Amino acid sequence: MKKPLKRPIFTRAKVVFVLIFSIFLLIFLTGCMRNSSGVILAGSTSVQPFAEVLSEEYMVLHHGVTIDVQGGGSAAGILAAQSGTADIGMSSRSLAGDETKLWSVEIARDGLAIVINAHNPVVNLTTEQVRDIYSGKIDNWSTLGGSKDQIHVFTREDGSGTRSSFETLVMGKTEINPRTMVEDSNGAIRQLVGDDPDAIGYISLGLVDKTVKAVELNGVVASREHVIDGSYGLSRPFLFMCKNEPTGLTKAFIDFTLSDQGKQILDQQGLITTGITP
Amino acid sequence: MKLKKFGERIPQSLFFLIALSALSALALITIFIFIEGVPLIAKVGFFNFIFGMKWAPSLGQYGIFPMIVGTVLVTVGAVIIGVPIALCCSIFLAEFAPRQLSMLVRPAIQLLAGIPSVVYGFWGLIFIVPAIRNYLGGPGLSILAGSIILAIMILPTVISISEVSILALPPLLKEGAFALGATHWQTIRSVLLPAAKSGILASIILGIGRAVGETMAVIMVLGNAVALPSSILDPARTLTTNIGIEMGYASGEHQQALFATGIVLLVIIMILNASAQYAIRRK
Repeated sequence: MKKPLKRPIFTRAKVVFVLIFSIFLLIFLTGCMRNSSGVILAGSTSVQPFAEVLSEEYMVLHHGVTIDVQGGGSAAGILAAQSGTADIGMSSRSLAGDETKLWSVEIARDGLAIVINAHNPVVNLTTEQVRDIYSGKIDNWSTLGGSKDQIHVFTREDGSGTRSSFETLVMGKTEINPRTMVEDSNGAIRQLVGDDPDAIGYISLGLVDKTVKAVELNGVVASREHVIDGSYGLSRPFLFMCKNEPTGLTKAFIDFTLSDQGKQILDQQGLITTGITP
Repeated sequence: MKLKKFGERIPQSLFFLIALSALSALALITIFIFIEGVPLIAKVGFFNFIFGMKWAPSLGQYGIFPMIVGTVLVTVGAVIIGVPIALCCSIFLAEFAPRQLSMLVRPAIQLLAGIPSVVYGFWGLIFIVPAIRNYLGGPGLSILAGSIILAIMILPTVISISEVSILALPPLLKEGAFALGATHWQTIRSVLLPAAKSGILASIILGIGRAVGETMAVIMVLGNAVALPSSILDPARTLTTNIGIEMGYASGEHQQALFATGIVLLVIIMILNASAQYAIRRK
């Protein structure tokens, strides 16, 4: 009679184990959701890496404060600021229409570089030529003084802040040809353009490195200096937005971003903060 | 005695509950996708959504036909490249391979299934894409590149299931064929393969399901252009990559359109799985 009685005890141990495990899980989950003093940022994935560096620096300087930086895209950032789900929304494009009602501040500017393969002989393109390449009107490098090969055109996905800046600054009302290849990050475009001698794409100016060549636009070299003096036309603002005039911790973090220390961090990361006033 | 019965009941109902939670997860996901996606399909119109040629969410145009074509082409390519290799491999493992060798090859093939898809994609981007660009022309990011990657990814599924279905055949079949004087190859060709037909078919269908559902690896090598391709060296976009590449920034109607894409994908996968089940049961 003893043996069969042992089985239920064994299973009960299992049940107890499962219960304890689920209690731990519960504690862990509520731990994640705890609401301590902090600031939530959400929005543009172009701004996100820079905001992360700022928040890390800020958290080192101010113990006990949590700055949470999330992505989601410029559109989501604007929505989050409007609805108040995030304390600060981030956008990598200018606000338009209803959006201008938000409290916003420009934290830096970013240049947009048209990049081609480092071995491509083409040096200069006009805005019109870039537009024709992306609309499909020009499809061969020979028209532009390059090789006899087809142009392999890369763009960003629909909804990306970088793409919408490119569309406003270069394309105007012209549509990007649907045959254009689509990649979902600056890094992917840089990698592909660096590999393919016939490729063209556009990325953030701060991310241009030796693997790709930024073309001159209308005879102006794509550089920080030319973005600052306004002669290079392709640049876009990085914005922080709040529902109302910021106060408390949110204000403290924005002030830190606009301080000399914050600017220095953004400058080191490749952004342009000259001309930004707190 | 009552205590024992009670003790047996607890784990029984507990496991039942846990099993139910797995099912309810499926139900939840399905319901959620439909709630999010159906309004958009209704708004755009079912016909315009499925057969629309233009995908431009910022202009409010949602047509996924080029992606359906892309999905079909990439998958068919993967089957053409992958299935013959997989079948040869499973016949070799089931019939020809010496025990020691198959003990080595089988786990190696299982390992192929364990490699994360992002690694396949990265490998394809670094090796296959430049190779296609240099030797065959075009941008390299193409249907062909996607098909090659997917062909490798469906190998483990097709090999293991068709090998099992050959091994599961009653030994009588083989012995009978030998007794009639058939050679080993004749036996395989005209007795074993026809007998294992349903299992092999199921393995191919499950492989297709895997290919249709794959996202990450395909995003990296396919070029993702939303236009009807005119050759296998052209870039294309599949249904999964459409969701994968655009979800980061999508909101509002655009997001609903991605869920609607998910509905189409879900229906395709359901049909594939159901036909695999059907193939297995029909003996």
